Amino acid sequence: MTAPLLKVRDLNVRIPTPGGVLHAVRGVNFDLMPGEMLGLVGESGSGKSVTLRSLIRLHRPPIQMTGTVEYGGKNLLDSSESKLRDVRGGRISMIFQEPMSALNPVLTVGEQIGENLREHKGLRGKAAQDRAAELLDLTGIPSPRARLADYPHQFSGGMRQRAMIAIALASEPQLLLADEPTTALDVTIQDQILRLLLRLREEMHMSVILVTHDLGVVAQTCDRVAVMYGGRLVETAGVNDLFHAPKHAYTLGLMRSLPGAGEHRRPLQPIPGGPPDLRSLPPGCPFAPRCEYVTDDCRVGEPPLLEVAPGRFSACVHYSELPALKSTPEEVGV
Amino acid sequence: MHTSYVLRRLLQIIPLFLAVMVLVFTLVHLIPGDPVSTLLGDRATPDIVARANKELGLDKPLLVQFGLFVNQLLHGNLGESINLKIPVLRLIGERLPVTLFLTVYAAVLGVAMAVPLAMLAAVRRNTWVDAVIRAVFQVGLSLPVFYVALQLLTLLGARLGWFPIGGYGENFGEHLFHLFLPALTLGLNLAAILVRTLRNSIIEVLTAEYVDFARAKGLRGSVIMTRHVLRNALIATVTLLGLNIGALIGGAVITETVFAIPGVGRLMVDAIFGRDYPVIQGLTLMFALIVSLVFLATDLIHARLDPRAELS
Amino acid sequence: MTTMHSPALEVAPRPRRWPKPTLLIGLVLLLVLIFAALFPQALARYSPTDFDYQAILKGPSAAHPFGTDNFGRDILSRVIHGTRIDMQIAIFTTLFPFIFGTLLGALTGYLGRWSDAVVGRIADLVVVFPFLVLVIAIVAVLGPGLMNMYIAVSAVGWVSYWRLTRAEVMNQKKAEYAQAGRVLGYSPSRILLRHLLPNAVTPAIVYLMTDMSLGILLGASLGYLGLGAQPPTPEWGVMVADGKNFMATAWWISTFPGLALTLAGVTFSLIGDGLADALRPRA
Repeated sequence: MTAPLLKVRDLNVRIPTPGGVLHAVRGVNFDLMPGEMLGLVGESGSGKSVTLRSLIRLHRPPIQMTGTVEYGGKNLLDSSESKLRDVRGGRISMIFQEPMSALNPVLTVGEQIGENLREHKGLRGKAAQDRAAELLDLTGIPSPRARLADYPHQFSGGMRQRAMIAIALASEPQLLLADEPTTALDVTIQDQILRLLLRLREEMHMSVILVTHDLGVVAQTCDRVAVMYGGRLVETAGVNDLFHAPKHAYTLGLMRSLPGAGEHRRPLQPIPGGPPDLRSLPPGCPFAPRCEYVTDDCRVGEPPLLEVAPGRFSACVHYSELPALKSTPEEVGV
Repeated sequence: MHTSYVLRRLLQIIPLFLAVMVLVFTLVHLIPGDPVSTLLGDRATPDIVARANKELGLDKPLLVQFGLFVNQLLHGNLGESINLKIPVLRLIGERLPVTLFLTVYAAVLGVAMAVPLAMLAAVRRNTWVDAVIRAVFQVGLSLPVFYVALQLLTLLGARLGWFPIGGYGENFGEHLFHLFLPALTLGLNLAAILVRTLRNSIIEVLTAEYVDFARAKGLRGSVIMTRHVLRNALIATVTLLGLNIGALIGGAVITETVFAIPGVGRLMVDAIFGRDYPVIQGLTLMFALIVSLVFLATDLIHARLDPRAELS
Repeated sequence: MTTMHSPALEVAPRPRRWPKPTLLIGLVLLLVLIFAALFPQALARYSPTDFDYQAILKGPSAAHPFGTDNFGRDILSRVIHGTRIDMQIAIFTTLFPFIFGTLLGALTGYLGRWSDAVVGRIADLVVVFPFLVLVIAIVAVLGPGLMNMYIAVSAVGWVSYWRLTRAEVMNQKKAEYAQAGRVLGYSPSRILLRHLLPNAVTPAIVYLMTDMSLGILLGASLGYLGLGAQPPTPEWGVMVADGKNFMATAWWISTFPGLALTLAGVTFSLIGDGLADALRPRA
């Protein structure tokens, strides 16, 4: 068996707020294999984006990150700023949800690719220009050479996302972190961008961690899924296994709130209530207050993430009682 | 940036300036009583007043007078100073360069103080460094310009003798030397106005997502600061400078008076005490023209620096 | 059975917003200034205008903490008595622009169309004149003195209030309750005065405080130039001008009134900042 590309152990992120410390990520562990595409799924406020950003130590003080993020034998959370910079943006790149706010409005797209090429590939001048045009072409932007001189606001939404992907790929990373890359786009463009990501993963032999709140997106693209709730991972599984039979009541709830999932069409069932307040969590399973399977056992202590079947982990007391949905990723995919 | 845009903006100034002329004309004709009698003072006999009125065209209807006024303006004639017996336009030509030198000098000093300090305060926001910078400039904002001028003049000029206490000098180097204290006075005032807004807009840039994206690209801090933050801060600075041109000119009027600098600001104050209405009228028009041109220039520079501005 | 405990439904306790210390300092300073303005005799040991040829140009001492001027007048007493004039300047340079600008802003913001366009052009016209230049030009026409200065400032200063209120009224007009009021059949004047204006006036009130510190500075500047308050009125700007020829030998004549001016300016800007913070809409 090959060694994991990235090993995350006991990752914790604490965000001080006026109303108390927000424990946004609480002891997250996972491995990522080379070439794997992992979906990190959860509602807004579940800590999935905060987790993603801490993988390259993007949070700034006073936000605290503890634990280890092991990449290439080093812990990125305590390596020096200059070592970290080689990895960050070099071996591991990241794309953001809103290309309009993530791209600097006063620099041309060419300049924004160029600074990446200079930093990580040592390319300047003509060589950098050529490579930048190649990258735009690779991400499917028509007449790439001419568009290098354009500013972000001159691109359409989908093209802007492609440009951001081109910038992120300039360093030919081993791992791409994608933070809700399609949420801001309309459905047809969303589909194009996902296909682009899949194609680029093949062509560039990358691993991808895709953060999304949309199980449909996961179904269409990912190999494995990690479900987050209340700052913790509550279930991880291969994508087929997950859609066939979720092993956490929360995952089940998520699936039931999707249209067209399961063997029979039935009315959508949204999960009642809202995400927990991470500043003051009750003891026990954080999902318990919203869970239809809840019993007193759920409130005793927070259930740990345990291997419940080969390659499947769940933090649900009642995992064995949950019905199989027998759906497939293809049914849910967009 | 397109030439048509520049042209359109220039054309917009014409109606505005026409209104400025109406306003200034009305203002001067609001002088209570008979202006000629006021001007001539004791020498005013009914005979002389009537003759002067006829000479100045003051016996004609107001509308006709306004027509004559505009016609003269279009021919570059702003009238003649009553006290100095010099055409107002020539006076402006002699004095304006001094004021321009002073204000540009002050703007350079002010920006040189404000931008680094605003950046420091923004980077170290909510620490004691930030608190001290903000407190100092909050007090600075409340320091009257004439008071700062007087104290600097006394301390660094008269007592320590480091700088001359007035005048303008003969060449560029002397201008720099003579105008240092006045420019410092004005520059401190300007910096106080700039620092606070600039700090907030730099914080906005620092917390913008594109800075996080730049960090995610692995760029070093210095590159992010210069390419991503400073450039945006510069745009904010230009806009702020343009908006505050009025305050800068007002400050120049006071500073020139305190330091006895032969610029248009001091000329204005002298003209007011000498009741030299043609000079007051000409200078008021000139100041309005300068401000509207600076507003225009600000818009154009802004459009050059910020590609998004072109759209509007 | 245990009771359902749902943290998701509980609202996290909102951190109480105490006024910041800077606002408190500002308010305390304001009380001191108001007291000095109302009861100068209670604080000052000497008359602000009587000459004392036995004590000419004396430096700070126990008898005269801020020293005396070339007529033997006690600077501390003059500074204390000056408070009333300069507070009066702060109020009258801002009150009329505030009332006029706010009402006009509410009206044109509500009516829109040509009224808004006309006032907008006038505002554009006013702002191309540097504030101080236009004010001293008007004072030049009307003649020096406090009253004429107030008239001049009012003619110019309304623009900021007009802009702030107009923008706010236009926002509020879109808000639901104005629509609701219209459906209920309220008259436009009732909607404007009872519903829109009280809500839309907040930014103008916040600006009023900042403007007061600018007003004091402007009044003192005109006083210094000889176009505002006239000697022997103990106005701080006039007092700084009185001492300017004695700066080398009797620095205290100008220095203390200038510090008083700065203190008053800081007071109003601290309160302005504090108000802006406290009245900012909460998320």
